[in-house]
Amino acid sequence: MPVVDPAAADGVFSLLWLVIALPALGAAVLLLGGRRTDAWGHLLGVATVAGSFVLSLVAFVGLLGRGADDRAFTQHLYTWIEAGGFRVEASLLYDPLSALFLLLITGVGALIHLYSVGYMAHDPRRRRFFAYLNLFVAAMLVLVLADDYVVLFLGWEGVGLASYLLIGFWQHKPSAAVAAKKAFVVNRVGDLGMALGIMLMFATFGSTAFAEVSRVATEATDGVLTALGLLLLLAACGKSAQVPLQSWLLDAMEGPTPVSALIHAATMVTAGVYLVVRSNFIYENAPVAQTAVVVVGAVTLLWGAVIGCAKDDIKKALAGSTMSQIGYMMLAAGLGVAGYAFAIFHLLTHGFFKANMFLGAGSVMHGMDDDVDMRHYGALQKAMPVTFLTFAMGYLAIIGFPGFSGFWSKDKIIEAGFEDNLVAGLAALLGAGITAFYMTRLMLMTFFGEKRWEKGVHPHESPKVMTVPLIVLAALSVLGGVMLLGDWIVGFLAPVVGEAEHHTPAVPPIVMTLVVVAVVAVGVATAWLLVGRREVPRTAPQRVSVFTRAARADLYGDAINEALFMRPGDRFVGDLVTFDNAGVDGAVNGTAAAFGGMSGRMRRWQNGFVRSYALSVLVGALVVLVAMLAVNLA
Amino acid sequence: MSSAAVLAAEFQAPSFEYSLLSPLLVIFGVAITGVLVEAFAPRGSRYLLQAVLAVLGVVGALVATVIVGLNLVSRGGGTAHGSIAAEGAIAVDGPSIFIWGTVLVLSLVSVLLFAERRLEGGVLSFAGQAAALPGTEAEREASTRGLEHTEVFPLMMFAVGGMMLFPASNDLLTMFVALEVLSLPLYLLCGLARRRRLLSQEAALKYFMLGAFSSGFFIYGIALVYGYAGSMNFAAISAAVSGRAGGEGLLLGGIALLAVGMMFKVGAAPFHAWTPDVYQGAPTAVTAFMAACTKVAAFGALLRLFYVAFGGARWDWTPMVWVIAILTMVVGSVLALSQTDVKRMLAYSSIAHAGFLLTGFVGAQQVADVGIGEITSLQAVLFYLVTYGFTTVAAFAVVTVVRDAGGEATHLSRWSGLGKESPVVAGVFAVLLLGMAGIPLTSGFTGKWAVFTTALAGGAWPLVVTAVLFSVVAAFFYVRVIVLMYFSDPVGEGPTVATPSILTTIVIAVGFAATLALGVVPGPVLDLAAAAGEFIR
Repeated sequence: MPVVDPAAADGVFSLLWLVIALPALGAAVLLLGGRRTDAWGHLLGVATVAGSFVLSLVAFVGLLGRGADDRAFTQHLYTWIEAGGFRVEASLLYDPLSALFLLLITGVGALIHLYSVGYMAHDPRRRRFFAYLNLFVAAMLVLVLADDYVVLFLGWEGVGLASYLLIGFWQHKPSAAVAAKKAFVVNRVGDLGMALGIMLMFATFGSTAFAEVSRVATEATDGVLTALGLLLLLAACGKSAQVPLQSWLLDAMEGPTPVSALIHAATMVTAGVYLVVRSNFIYENAPVAQTAVVVVGAVTLLWGAVIGCAKDDIKKALAGSTMSQIGYMMLAAGLGVAGYAFAIFHLLTHGFFKANMFLGAGSVMHGMDDDVDMRHYGALQKAMPVTFLTFAMGYLAIIGFPGFSGFWSKDKIIEAGFEDNLVAGLAALLGAGITAFYMTRLMLMTFFGEKRWEKGVHPHESPKVMTVPLIVLAALSVLGGVMLLGDWIVGFLAPVVGEAEHHTPAVPPIVMTLVVVAVVAVGVATAWLLVGRREVPRTAPQRVSVFTRAARADLYGDAINEALFMRPGDRFVGDLVTFDNAGVDGAVNGTAAAFGGMSGRMRRWQNGFVRSYALSVLVGALVVLVAMLAVNLA
Repeated sequence: MSSAAVLAAEFQAPSFEYSLLSPLLVIFGVAITGVLVEAFAPRGSRYLLQAVLAVLGVVGALVATVIVGLNLVSRGGGTAHGSIAAEGAIAVDGPSIFIWGTVLVLSLVSVLLFAERRLEGGVLSFAGQAAALPGTEAEREASTRGLEHTEVFPLMMFAVGGMMLFPASNDLLTMFVALEVLSLPLYLLCGLARRRRLLSQEAALKYFMLGAFSSGFFIYGIALVYGYAGSMNFAAISAAVSGRAGGEGLLLGGIALLAVGMMFKVGAAPFHAWTPDVYQGAPTAVTAFMAACTKVAAFGALLRLFYVAFGGARWDWTPMVWVIAILTMVVGSVLALSQTDVKRMLAYSSIAHAGFLLTGFVGAQQVADVGIGEITSLQAVLFYLVTYGFTTVAAFAVVTVVRDAGGEATHLSRWSGLGKESPVVAGVFAVLLLGMAGIPLTSGFTGKWAVFTTALAGGAWPLVVTAVLFSVVAAFFYVRVIVLMYFSDPVGEGPTVATPSILTTIVIAVGFAATLALGVVPGPVLDLAAAAGEFIR
C-alpha cells in the first residue's frame, strides 16, 4: 500500500494555487462587485474556470513527463493552525489522483459554465449564479487538492455550501428552498461522520495530514481503523447520496439544470468516492469497513436504478441514475486495490456522459418551456437534432453499448465485483440491466413516439453556446474509454492506490462481457416492449403495481427518514418546548400581553415565573449535590 | 515597651503590588471618575466626556495589561508564570492576563455599541429616565426632552472591573466579591432599555433575583469548603484536597454548591433559565456585552477554581460536569430550534456554546498529560472564548440595526427577505451564523476543533461525540435564519436596515473580521493562548 510522500512543487506545479485562486477570485469579484459586474460577470465566470483548466492541463502534461514514482507534489501555502503538536498545514497535494479530478472539474466545469451563459441568459440574477458556480469550483478544487483531512473538510463544507446556495437559487419556488434545506440537513449527518473521523484520526495518529496518516496507519488498532473507515463512509454517503443518506439528491433537482449537471452529477456527488479512494491507506487495513462500502454501493446502485424506472420527471430519472452509477463507483472502491482505479475510471466517464445528458435534458427543457414531465415530450428527435444526437451518445455510454466509454468502465466494475464475491457481481450485473431499461424508457418517452406537447409549446434547438458543450461532452462520452487502453489508468493511478496483482479470472473476460451485453440487451428490449410499442399516457396512470408505487415514492426513503428520525425528533423538541413553555415561552406571551396594557396580570405571571426558574435552579442544585455525594461517598 | 510599640512592631503593612494590578486600578479609577463626572459635569457635555473616558480607560487598561503581561516572571517551573498579588488575594498569571486582554478588547467594542446614538435618533438606546414608569407622562416628557442616562458608562466600567477580578481571584472571598461587583451593575443595565421597558425591567428583576439566589449557593459553598480546608486561599484548599484531611462530605458539598453558582453565571443547564429572558429583555448593547464578557470572565473563574483549588478532586467533580455539559448542549441546541425571536435564539445559542466550552473544560488534558508544545484544555477553552466573544458581539450589533417602527425587529419573521433589503447586513450576519455553527474558515471551526480535540485527547470521547452531534443540530437553526434571510419573501413591508453611526459599524466590522481572521489564520491567537501557560498555584 503506497504511502503519500510528495516532493516539493516546482516549475509548472508551483502554479497549483492559481488553479484554485482563479475561480475563487472570480466568485469574490462577482459577489462583491455587485450590479456593476452584471454586464460581463458571466464571461468572467467562464474565463476563470477555463483558465484553471488550461493550468490543470499544463500541470497534467508536466506530470506525464515524469517517472511513475516521481508524480506527487506538494505546495505549501501557509500554516493554517499551529499550536505545538496541534498543527494543520494549508498545503496542496498534486498527484495522479488529484490530476485527473482537476481535469474533470475544470474541464467539465468550463463547459457547463459556457452552457450556462445560454441557459441562464434571461435570468436577472445570472451574475450571482456564476458567482456561486465559481465558488463551487474553487471549493471543489480545494477538496481534491487538499493534502490534509482538515483542509479537505474545508473544501467539503465549501462545496456543500455552494450546492446549497445553488439548489435554492430559484428562491421564488418554495420547493427549491425546502430542497436546499433538506440537502443541508442530510449532508450535516454525513459531515458529522467526517468531523468525528478527523478528530479520531487526530487523537490516534496525532496528525491529519495524508502523508503522516498513510505512514503510520498500520500502527493503529483494528477497532480504530474500522471506526475511521465507517465514519468516513458515513461522510461519503452524505455527500454522494448513498443509502441511507440518499434522499436529498432527488429534491436537489430543484436547482437550475447546469447545477444538476455540474454538482449533482459530474463532480460534487462523487466526492464521497474520492474520499474513499484517497483514504485507501485506511480502508486497506479495515476489511470490515471495506465490506460496508461494498454493501452500501451495491444497495444504492439497485436503489437508484429502481427509482429511475418510475420517474416521469426527466431530471429526477437522471438523478436516480446518478445515485445508481455512484453506487457502482462505491462498490468498486470497496473492492480495494482491485477496484480503486476502476472506481475513478467510471467516475470520469460518468462525469462525461451524465453531464452530457443533464445538459441535454436542460436543452430539452429550454425548448419545452421548462416542462420536466416526460409525458409531455415525445418525438423531439426532429425538433432538436443536435440535442437528440448528443443525448443519444450519452445514452449509449451509460447503458454500456460496446465501444462507448461507459461500456469499458462498467464492465470492469462488474468483472471486479464477480471476482470479489458473487452477490456484489450479481447486483452490479442486475443494475446494468435495469439501467438499460430506464434509460431506454427515458429516451423513448423524450425523443420518439407521438408528440404529447402541451398547447403553445414549440420545441426548438438551443443556441450554439449551449450545443457546443453538448457536442464536446458527447465526444468525450464516446471516446472516454481510451483511458483504459493498455490499462493506462490503472498504471497511472498505481502510485496512489497501489496495483493489484494479476491473476486469471475464473470466467474469461470475453464471456463476462458477452453476459453483460446480453443483460443490457434484455433491459433495452423490455423497455421497448413496455414503453416503445405502446402509447404513453399524458398523465401518469394511478392504477399501478405496488412496486411502481414504491419506486415513485423514492422507495419510501423520505417516509423511512421521517418515521425513524423526524417524528421522534419533532416529538422530542415538542416535549422540550412544552416543558419550557411552563417557564420560558409563557413569559414571552406574558410580556406581549403586557404591551396590551395588562400589566397587572403580567406582574402576577412574572412572579410565578421567577419562582419556577428559582425552583429549577434549586432542583438542579439538589441533583448536583446529591449526585456528587452519592457518587463519591457511596 | 509600650503596648503601642508592640502593636507597631507586629503590624505589617499589607503589600500591594500597584504595577501588577494597574489594569484593575485603571478600570476602577475610570469607573469612579465616571461617577464624579456624572455629579459635576453639566448635562450637555456628559455624553462625550463619559464615552471618551470609558474608551480611554479601557485602552489604558489594555496597555497596562500588555505591559504587565510582558513582565510576568516564571514561577514554579513548567509553563506557569506570574505572581500572587495583594496578599494572596489576586493571581496575576498568564491565563489572567489573557482573559483580561480578551475582556478588555471585547469591552472596548461594547463601549462603542453603548455609545451608539444615531439609531435612536440622537439619543442613547437606554431609557431616558429610568425612574419614570413605563407608559406614563413622565416617560413621555423624558423622551421629548431627550434625556439620557450617561451613568451607563461608569456602570459598565464597574462591571468590567468585576469581570477582570473574577477570573484572577486567588481566594474564595475575593472571588465572591468580584462576582457581585460584576453582577450588580449588569442587573441595573439590563433594566434600562429605551423601548419595551416592561420587558427590560422584568428581565432585570429576574436576573437580579435569580442571581442573588445563586449567589446564596455560592457563598454556602464557600462556607462548606472553608469548613473542610480551614482556609479561603486556593493554594491552601488545594493542599487540603490533596491531603484528604477527612470530612469529604463538606468538600463535596462545597464543590457542588460552588459549581451551582458558577454554572449559573456561565448559563449552563439546568441553571440557564434566566438566559433567554434576560438576553431578550436587556438593551441589545448590554446583551452583547454580557453575552461576550460575562461568559469569558465566568469561564476564567470556573477554570481557576476547579483546576487550581479543586484540581486534586478532579475525579469527584468530573462526572457531575459531564452531566451538566451534555444537558447544556441538549437544551441549548434543541430549544434554539423552536425560537422565533432572534435574541432568544442567540441566547440559546450561547447556552449551547457554554456546553461546548464545558466539554473542553471537563475533558481536562492537563500539563502533565500533554507533549511539549501541545495545547491544554485550558488554552483551548481560552481560545474558544475569544472566537465566541467576537462573533457574539457582532451578531448582537447586527440585531441593533435591523429595525421597524417599534425599534429593533427581533421577531424572526421580520428578518425574512433581509437578503434582498440589505445584502451587506444579511451577508455579514450569515457569516457570523456560519461562524457560530463552526463551518471551516470561520473562527467557530478552529475554536471547536481546539476544544474537541483536547477533550478527545483527554479521553472524553462520549462527550465529544455528543458535542459534535449537537453542533450539527445547532448548525441547523443557524442555517434556518440564513434560509429565512435569503430564501423567503419579506412579510408585510419587510424589515428595514437602519444606517448606524460609525461606532456600530466598527463593532460589526471588527467582529466580522475577527470571525474570518481567526478561522483563516488562527495561529497568532492560538500562540497567545499557548503562551498564557498554566495557572499559578
